[in-house]
Amino acid sequence: MPEPLIVAHQLVKRFGDFTAVDGIDVQVQPGEVFGFLGPNGAGKSSTMRMIGCVSPVTSGSLRLFGLDPATHGAKIRARIGVVPQLDTLDTELSVQENLWLYGRFFDLPRAEAKRRAVELLEFAQLSDRADSVVDNLSGGMKRRLSIARSLINNPELLLLDEPTTGLDPQARHVLWDRLYRLKQEGVTQVLTTHYMDEAEQLCDRLVVMDHGRIVAEGSPRSLIEQWSTREVLELRFPAGTNDTNAAQLAGIGERQELLPDRVLVYAHDGEAALVEAHARGLQPESALVRRASLEDVFLLLTGRSLAD
Amino acid sequence: MSTIFLRILPPAMVVRRPHRMIERHVVAYRRQWLIIVSGFFEPLLYLLSMRAGLGSLVGTVTVAGKAVPYDAFVAPALMASSAMNGAIFDSTGNVMHRLKYARIYDAALATPMGPGDVAVGEISWALIRGQMYAISFLGVMAALGLVDTWWSLLALPACALIGLTFASIGFVCTTYMRGWADLEIVTTATMPLFLFSATFFPTSSYGSWAWVVQLSPLYHGVALVRAANAGVWTASVVGHVAVLVGLSAVALVVAARRVDSLLRK
Amino acid sequence: MAQHSTTPARSASPAGTLATYRRLWKMNLLSSLVQPLLYLLGLGVGVGSLVDRNTGSGAVLGTSSYVAFVVPGLLVTTAMGLGAGESMWPVMGGLKWQRGYHGIAATPLDARDIVLGHATWIAIRCAIAASAVAIVLALFPDTRSWGLAPSVLVAMLVGVSFAMPIMALSIGAERDGMFPAIQRFVVIPLFLFGGAFYPLSQLPVGVQWVAKIAPLWHGVVVARGFTTGQVDWPGVAGHLGYVALWVVAGTAIATRRMRGKLYT
Repeated sequence: MPEPLIVAHQLVKRFGDFTAVDGIDVQVQPGEVFGFLGPNGAGKSSTMRMIGCVSPVTSGSLRLFGLDPATHGAKIRARIGVVPQLDTLDTELSVQENLWLYGRFFDLPRAEAKRRAVELLEFAQLSDRADSVVDNLSGGMKRRLSIARSLINNPELLLLDEPTTGLDPQARHVLWDRLYRLKQEGVTQVLTTHYMDEAEQLCDRLVVMDHGRIVAEGSPRSLIEQWSTREVLELRFPAGTNDTNAAQLAGIGERQELLPDRVLVYAHDGEAALVEAHARGLQPESALVRRASLEDVFLLLTGRSLAD
Repeated sequence: MSTIFLRILPPAMVVRRPHRMIERHVVAYRRQWLIIVSGFFEPLLYLLSMRAGLGSLVGTVTVAGKAVPYDAFVAPALMASSAMNGAIFDSTGNVMHRLKYARIYDAALATPMGPGDVAVGEISWALIRGQMYAISFLGVMAALGLVDTWWSLLALPACALIGLTFASIGFVCTTYMRGWADLEIVTTATMPLFLFSATFFPTSSYGSWAWVVQLSPLYHGVALVRAANAGVWTASVVGHVAVLVGLSAVALVVAARRVDSLLRK
Repeated sequence: MAQHSTTPARSASPAGTLATYRRLWKMNLLSSLVQPLLYLLGLGVGVGSLVDRNTGSGAVLGTSSYVAFVVPGLLVTTAMGLGAGESMWPVMGGLKWQRGYHGIAATPLDARDIVLGHATWIAIRCAIAASAVAIVLALFPDTRSWGLAPSVLVAMLVGVSFAMPIMALSIGAERDGMFPAIQRFVVIPLFLFGGAFYPLSQLPVGVQWVAKIAPLWHGVVVARGFTTGQVDWPGVAGHLGYVALWVVAGTAIATRRMRGKLYT
């Protein structure tokens, strides 16, 4: 097994009295796409900023490429690319200038930076907008430009903090496609997300974070197998009758979850569970059987839905 | 050995790539050259207005026992003030925009650039821009017949020192600002400096209050530029330089610390 | 006006610098009071001591002292600065950034109501700022005069006479790039050459004519008549009539443009 690219041991980040990251252990292998999954405030972004060497570690140890961020921050940053949660594109520069000038921050020779910029515009499907002002780009285009910019130094490791938050579904799929291509080229990726589908699509392995701690770890598939039934039956009842109806479901499937707008029944055979519910005289307004997802894992582990 | 060294040295003190920040500004301002150029006109308009409008009303002003025409009295002071205003403008409004709203520094710090590069780069840029204005203003003064000694060229380094002082102070202020509303405090604070640093009338006009003027950092800058323009050097010049150098040094150290704690949370 | 502080730079390329300018025009009540008083102290009293010693004022200035000459100029230029500022970024903000005008346009209100509403708001702000300065001036025997009261109204009118044509420009503008240019090439030159700090007669004839095109000088002359008690009523009518022309023409163009922007 190759040397891990990132090794974090008992990593802690505190802001005054508030502990954002509370002793996490993480290892990321070269070539892997690794995800931090969790709701807002779980400590994902703080972790990412420490890994990005822009936020000092409070305690514990962190090594990237075997180097310590406290002493070799600039050296490490030279080898990574960062896509921050909120775009930090330079609105006073054109699309193309955003790329090559960023390359200059990495000490790339000007000709080399400009050549890379042209290539990356192609990669981000922005070639026809090379001279546009950044402000006039759509949200999806800005995100693609952020990713292109993070690649200007040919990074060995790419950090993506909520890469598709706020994008429409089509823009997300374009972005996912680009990230998949990078994976095939062997670029290690670490990303945070609170979208289950994104994590399932992109990540080889992920950790679920809540309140600064890691509550589960594994591949998306193994997490679902470990923590959930195969299928989920979603039942909607008339407003205000969720509680009483849920009580009557007792014993169907392995577990029930009462949500404000619906009741979830975890069962290996969703259809059978629905038949059983009907047999008990329950008449939901709607019923849906679906495969279990990471969302369900998260709900079980944290008692919260990810959308919160 | 080097590892220990790196641990002791705060990251903000490591300055390797400040010129990258300047390069960024040069490219960004290529499209905004009009804004750069227009910055030159404000002191020029003041000079022309004072010369044409107030020149004959005021007549001459007595400085160090010598009677000088009013425009010759005001011109060096306007040069010094514009060095201050330019530096403050750059290091407050523009830096705040890049720090808080455009978050350009956040982007820069994700690269091998450090907080020290950002701080030194920004202050250097303010100095470069200020020198361009100072050079052109000196040219205009010469054209108007307000320069009659080669010593006047020393007004340029004097303006650089004024620029350094106020850019550093402005940068520190910016790191404490919560939003645009606070910017106005700085603009309002520079106005009394502009008006009461022996800029438009000599310290003798203040009577027994003349010592208050000494508290204005700009006063020391004005005195330096005036000394250079007149080619008359006295021992007090050393004091003026010392005040500005001292202020810059303190402000620079504070700036480096503040920018580190702000950007590397 | 706090809404502006949350607006990230959304203008085109020169966003950074423009965003800065966008805030710098903003003079809240404090600074629109403090700044003219600082000028009064610095230029009026300070430079005044030099002027009074040299020329004895009366002959050239036609006032008892330099300070007396400068006071009406400060009142009127304060309103000019405020009127110009309030008709630039806030108007573009209403159309482009916060889009508040579009919200209003969905109600029975007409474009004219929006323009006149904003004009009223600007008039009130100018009146408040000028009044605040006048009240402080009234505290000192040297600057106290009954003429300050009508001068506040003159200042308000001048403020609006700058606001309306600039509003017409702002409504038509795509970007806020020209606003700093208006500040630097119109407002500041008029502040310096518009007759507030010395009689226009000091300047070359050509410059005098240019300065007389803008409404500022006319307002300053009328206000100075009031504060010095030398009122020339036909002159007042003529000057104020000219200032009013700017208001009417500006309002007409602004209304037509606003209609074009909101209701097409």
